[in-house]
Amino acid sequence: MAEATLPHDMPAAYEPSLFGTYSKKIGMWLFLLSDSLTFGALLYAYSYGRISTPNWPTPFHSESIVNATIMTAFLLTSSLTMVLAVRAAVDKDAKAQRLWLLATMACGLGFVILHGREWSKLIAEGLTLPVFPAVPGHSASGEFVNVARTVPQFAATFFALTGLHMLHVTLGVVYLGVVALRRNFIPILLVLWLAAWLGTPAYSPFHYAAHVLLATAVVCAFILWLKPKVYDSSDVEVAGLYWHFVDLVWMFIFPLVYLMSARI
Amino acid sequence: MEPFQQAIAERVAEQHRHHGKAQFFWVWGVLLVLTAIEVYLTYQNLQPLRMLTILMSLSLVKAALIIGFFMHMKYEVSRMKWLTMSAVAACLALMMIFFPDAFRILSVGVK
Repeated sequence: MAEATLPHDMPAAYEPSLFGTYSKKIGMWLFLLSDSLTFGALLYAYSYGRISTPNWPTPFHSESIVNATIMTAFLLTSSLTMVLAVRAAVDKDAKAQRLWLLATMACGLGFVILHGREWSKLIAEGLTLPVFPAVPGHSASGEFVNVARTVPQFAATFFALTGLHMLHVTLGVVYLGVVALRRNFIPILLVLWLAAWLGTPAYSPFHYAAHVLLATAVVCAFILWLKPKVYDSSDVEVAGLYWHFVDLVWMFIFPLVYLMSARI
Repeated sequence: MEPFQQAIAERVAEQHRHHGKAQFFWVWGVLLVLTAIEVYLTYQNLQPLRMLTILMSLSLVKAALIIGFFMHMKYEVSRMKWLTMSAVAACLALMMIFFPDAFRILSVGVK
């Protein structure tokens, strides 16, 4: 009814929001609440399986714990750089905004690379899933071969939880790249895809998982060409909410999966 | 930018400018210290149940800091804080109803 009384070139009058903020932010919060239930369900299944299995292994030596701690530091620092990027966007400082967003992406990439190296090390030592290709030259000598044989749920829950989280971090890096660089990010993403595909050995799961980056490049290209827009501070804030969520989930995965399974 | 989009961007600016950047560095520092405490405790080889209780408590504190300060929830209207956090807590609590079953399974054993 309000529309009938307004001239056509003015935006329609909307009801004030229930949550006192703009729809994009509410939409992202709703998505994050649902995603937290996804991770909640996985963590619950992991905890249930762990408690009800009498010989649950605790195989992570000091080296793994140190690596995971550095990964945690990377993510916490990336959350700091993300809020600084939002503040730069609010202050209309485009150069600082781009730099802080790139710093956040760099920390995220550092996390994914360290995590990928850890996965490769564990797989080479015998902690595998049936879907992973066999690693040549590491048949029955690895420390984790026994773990994979006696308690297969350990490998399943470890790779499922950390793999889903790693996927979220990777997609977050792509999201931030699109907000920071827009169309200029597509060639960079294609280079990252080629680097991930050609830089990993054929028996590594990352050799196949690298194609996720190609899929994201195609999807982002569609969005950037069919719906071009100037990304403003609200877009940076909403991207920040997703990024902090990814950090938040790691705050639960790190102690429950790594610190509770340490052998020091 | 369209006027509607500009209005939203100005709203974001209003909500963010009322506190300084120092707060973010403090929160980051506290998060790193809490992580260091967790890792230190790992090297002390505590009893699993005690370790789990401490770790979950610290994780909840870290989550509250990230949600409150980094995700800006502290500065949102009460209705948003209550509705979103209660909803997710209620769903997680519903899942936890079946948790004691894990202990029953342990005592039943494997055939």
